[in-house]
Amino acid sequence: MAAISREEVAHLARLSRLAVTEEELDQFAGQLDVILQSVARIGDVAADDIPPTSHSVPLTNVYRDDVVTPSLTQDAVLAGAPDAAEGRFRVPRILSEEE
Amino acid sequence: MSDLTRMTAAQLAGLIAGGEASAVEVATAHLDRIAAVDERVHAFLHVDREGALAAAADVDARRGRGEELGPLAGVPIAVKDVIATKGVPTTAASKILEGWRPPYDATIVERLRAAGTVMLGKTNMDEFAMGSSTEYSAYGPTNNPWDLGRIPGGSGGGSAASLAAYEAPLAIGTDTGGSIRQPGAVTGTVGAKPTYGGTSRYGLIAFSSSLDTPGPCARTVADTALLHAAIAGHDHRDSTSIPQPAPDVVAAARLGATGDLTGVKLGLVKEFSGEGAEAGVTAAFRESVEALVKLGAEVVEISCPHFEYALPAYYLIAPSEASSNLARFDGVRYGLRVGDDGSRSLEEVMSLTRDAGFGPEVKRRIMLGTYALSSGYYDAYYGQAQKVRTLITRDFTSAFEQVDVLISPTTPFVAFPFGSRTSDPYQMYLADLYTIPTNLYGGPAISVPCGLSEGLPVGLQIMAPTMADDRMYRVAAALESAVGTLTPPEL
Repeated sequence: MAAISREEVAHLARLSRLAVTEEELDQFAGQLDVILQSVARIGDVAADDIPPTSHSVPLTNVYRDDVVTPSLTQDAVLAGAPDAAEGRFRVPRILSEEE
Repeated sequence: MSDLTRMTAAQLAGLIAGGEASAVEVATAHLDRIAAVDERVHAFLHVDREGALAAAADVDARRGRGEELGPLAGVPIAVKDVIATKGVPTTAASKILEGWRPPYDATIVERLRAAGTVMLGKTNMDEFAMGSSTEYSAYGPTNNPWDLGRIPGGSGGGSAASLAAYEAPLAIGTDTGGSIRQPGAVTGTVGAKPTYGGTSRYGLIAFSSSLDTPGPCARTVADTALLHAAIAGHDHRDSTSIPQPAPDVVAAARLGATGDLTGVKLGLVKEFSGEGAEAGVTAAFRESVEALVKLGAEVVEISCPHFEYALPAYYLIAPSEASSNLARFDGVRYGLRVGDDGSRSLEEVMSLTRDAGFGPEVKRRIMLGTYALSSGYYDAYYGQAQKVRTLITRDFTSAFEQVDVLISPTTPFVAFPFGSRTSDPYQMYLADLYTIPTNLYGGPAISVPCGLSEGLPVGLQIMAPTMADDRMYRVAAALESAVGTLTPPEL
């Protein structure tokens, strides 16, 4: 039985903001299925009492003193942007016509 | 080929410090070598000739003024293109960042500049460091200098190939699942993954934040140690950076080079000592173990029963983190934007941009990660993978109570021909079978050339406890003293 269907892959592509083609969907569905079946065996190894490890070093929140220090200039920040206007990043419209 | 390009970093630094060669002469020799061979090797995505010559001239001027310079002053270096370099193109080998020039330097680049190294340019890699062959670069693959029809490993294939092609004596890589060590093994060079948190990730284009580790590559263990020392140490800008002094890897490499391993206990990872590896790889590895025993080391077989689950755990954890990290490539703040003709919404432009900008392996991993993190599958996949990470860490802890370091082959097979594994992603993932456990645990590991199989290099991997990077350098240098370095054929 396939672990992942073509429809699920299409849904994942939408969630991932990837406009994949019909041809790509077929390809990815097959490949993701093989990968998921290969990794599924990890479900058998760890018992409920095993704590998860997210990170190999202990994580603590790091704060600095609230002191103003030099940062990148506005020009430097915007230099790599595909589009900018009035000192800000310009984006395509967010709302559709009817909204 | 100029003799200067055949020298080690330590030898070049000595020549420059003694006034026998200028940093500009050394840089020019390497830039000329790149001009002569890189069309065939394609190790570089960008060569910064002007910047390199200016940096070299600065070293010469400082030397002329009698300033005290560091141990690598004037030595050329190649930097993997996933690391931010101020004003110098940084693409992570992706179309989505084509032409991007970062407005800042990564911490390790700042340290390399402060050390007086001369950056030659940016090296090719698998897109966003996802791959084991450098076939997933959006700008075309890098060719292995040992056989131009074969892969140079990945994702740091460009960095490793630049060393094997004598285009640079030093290079920087990043290792998320083996991307420094595996290219080192298949190109006959040395590559080290430092302890996670021992080198700063600030300025690295993130792939999998809990695993990514920048580290050194060179043709000798001593050079690798010198570069390791130049970039290691705490960085307040990286909250996962370990606030402890870095281990003295240079002294450890010198100690190892004496060839005495009396009293050192090596753990042979039972699960990685034969099955699944090519016969030639196993043979070269076994001969090297015998050489280490002759140097006085004691070899103990150690079982790490959960290592076999490392590969599946990695291929759930790394894509999950990648799906989150790569969300920033949305066509707003930097890089590519596609479809912005006034008729489409932000969401449509974002989807079109990401589809056009990302290659197949990146898309595959983003979708895999999105799946593993999604409601309903989280516990079965991502949650389980994090538990496996605990079990692998326990295997390492138990092993290091019995031995000083663990050893295994670095890769199960030598460099394979282009295209032979791209059709089946899971077959490609097997290239990282032996390197991944260390990334999940966070400890350091190094790959050292240990012989040839069918005329192609084989690497031996040495794994050490967290923040005991010096231990692996001692064993690595001892092995090098016994088996020597490998010389690739003339290009």
